Formats: sequence, C-alpha cells, structure tokens
Amino acid sequence: MGVAMTFTVIDQGRDREVRAHVEGGRLLLSAEALREALGWELHDGTLCNDAMCVPLPAGSRLGEGGVFDLGEVAATLDRPLALDVDARAAYLGVSAGERAQALGSLLAPDFTLPDLAGRPHTLSSYRGKKVLLIAWASW
Amino acid sequence: MWQALYEELRERDFLVIAVALDQSAEDARPWIEKAAPTYPALIDTQHVVADLYNVVNVPTALWIDERGRIVRPNDVVFGSDTFKHITNLESAKPLAAVRAWVRGETAGFAPADARALQTLPTALDQQARAEFGLAEWLARHGQRDAAERHFVRAGELAPHDFTIRRGSMPIRGIDPMGPQFREMLQTWVGGGRPYYRALPDTRG
Repeated sequence: MGVAMTFTVIDQGRDREVRAHVEGGRLLLSAEALREALGWELHDGTLCNDAMCVPLPAGSRLGEGGVFDLGEVAATLDRPLALDVDARAAYLGVSAGERAQALGSLLAPDFTLPDLAGRPHTLSSYRGKKVLLIAWASW
Repeated sequence: MWQALYEELRERDFLVIAVALDQSAEDARPWIEKAAPTYPALIDTQHVVADLYNVVNVPTALWIDERGRIVRPNDVVFGSDTFKHITNLESAKPLAAVRAWVRGETAGFAPADARALQTLPTALDQQARAEFGLAEWLARHGQRDAAERHFVRAGELAPHDFTIRRGSMPIRGIDPMGPQFREMLQTWVGGGRPYYRALPDTRG
C-alpha cells in the first residue's frame, strides 16, 4: 500500500480522524478504520452498519486483503464521495435515490436546527400546524 | 414581512419556519433581528435543508400540512415586492394562496399533483452537495485553497444550484451582490435559463 497518513472522514455532519493509505488517488482503509470512521463492516459479501446491510455487487473486490477503497465503499452504498487527498479530507454525502424516495413519499424530511440563541428546533415537533417552510439567506 | 403573515394567521394553527442558508449565525443575525420574528428563525450553516429538500436557490417555500405532508413543493415566494423589478414575481399572489390554504378555503396539492411538481435530486446534484460539504468543512478548518477547489467543482456539477454557486461566495470572500455574481447571473439567464424556478401557478 501507499503512504500511511491521518485522514478526516466526514459523514452525516460528523468528522472522524482515521489512519489511511493513499494509492493512485484512492483512499484505502483497513477494516478497523472503516468501522471506526463510518460504522460499516463486511460480513460474507455484505456491507453492514447498525441500521442496514448492502450486498456487494457481483465481482466486487471490496475488502480483499483487508483493504477497503473508500470510493468503492461509497459506490457500493450508492453515496457520493468528495475526496481531497492533499487536504486529507473526505466527505460522504447522501445518495440521490434516498433523497428522491424521501421527497417522493411527501412526508416532510425532518431536521433539527438552532435559532440565533442556539436553541434547537425540530420540524416534526410542530405537527398539528400548517407550516410554511422558507429557505432564505442574507446573500 | 413573514412576521405579519404569521401574526395574521397564527390563531389558525399556522406556523412559519424560516431557515437561513448562511455561513454563520452572524451573517443572518441583522436580518433576523430586524424582522423580530416570534416564529422559529433557524440557522443552517451546512445546508441541511437544501440537501433534504433539494433547495437550489432562495427564497424557496414549501407548504407542510398538519400531518407533516408536503402539500406544495418547492416554490419561489417573496415576502414583499422589494425585488420585483428583478424577479418579475409578485409577492401578493403566493401570499394570498397561503392565506386561503391556512383558512381552509383551498387545499394544497393532491399527492399525485404535488409529486408531478417536484424536482428530485440527481446523482450529480448529490455529488455537488458532497463537494460543497467537503469545501465548507475545509473552509471552516482554515484550508482555503483546498476549499476553493471543491466549491468550484460543486458549482460545475450543479450549475443551476445557486445555494452552492452564490451561497458559497461569502465563505470564499466574494461579494454575493458584486460583479462576479452579476456575471454569473447574466450568463445563466442569457442562456435562457430561469434564475428563480417558481411553480406554474405562481409564475402565471
């Protein structure tokens, strides 16, 4: 494997530092690093976390020799990956399929965000009211 | 402006939730303090709502009913006519529609109609949001040059997404009302593409 270095992997707003190797622009993690950074483990050709399991596609070599290419992990999970080898950071986004399914269900996706005082507000806590949700910005 | 609408309709179990897609609470603070809202005015520095709802510009408004269902998907709703000369969109019509909905005079869209009016995110849109997320994180951690690469990449992947292309400008030290924005806007609109994507009954 290539040079070992500390990388930051950002997933669902949480960032974790992890030891990784970079080889030909790819980010390679050990099974342990994958579990620590992202909570995924490979068992019998299936990639699992606490909530779900995703089977590897036919012919996938993910995890061979205990090595996990983060780009391949993202592709297996159908999630976008933004990677900057020089800055030693990677960001795992949410798949278009997951977002499209949620929006298509018409059940308003829930979120919790702070107000100016830092007090958190959760959309679903306002059930029972008609809500006009407005996204705006100072720009 | 939203405060007046909220005050007018709050007795009818109506709520405004405003979400600022800004790089910091401090950027949004002067506007919020001036509006003095008694409804939730939230700060979304990491564009959580943009990602969840496929919001690609501001202002974007949705109607969510008492059961938490989207009954009117992403639309362009201005609280006033301040920018009407630029946007060509009047605020009166969509505000009247909100009033009628809250008073029970009209319903929102039926599910099939609401779905037909939705624009769902593509794989490219989500790749762009991942690039933006990485860039925003890098900028927050002092890696400006690396951040810039990914802000630019995000904008190339989703050129229609102005929460990325314009929304990143303050983070990158670019004036979001300045020449770079105006050039971006002219190129976009000059190609026959709308900057604001209002629903047909708001446009018409």
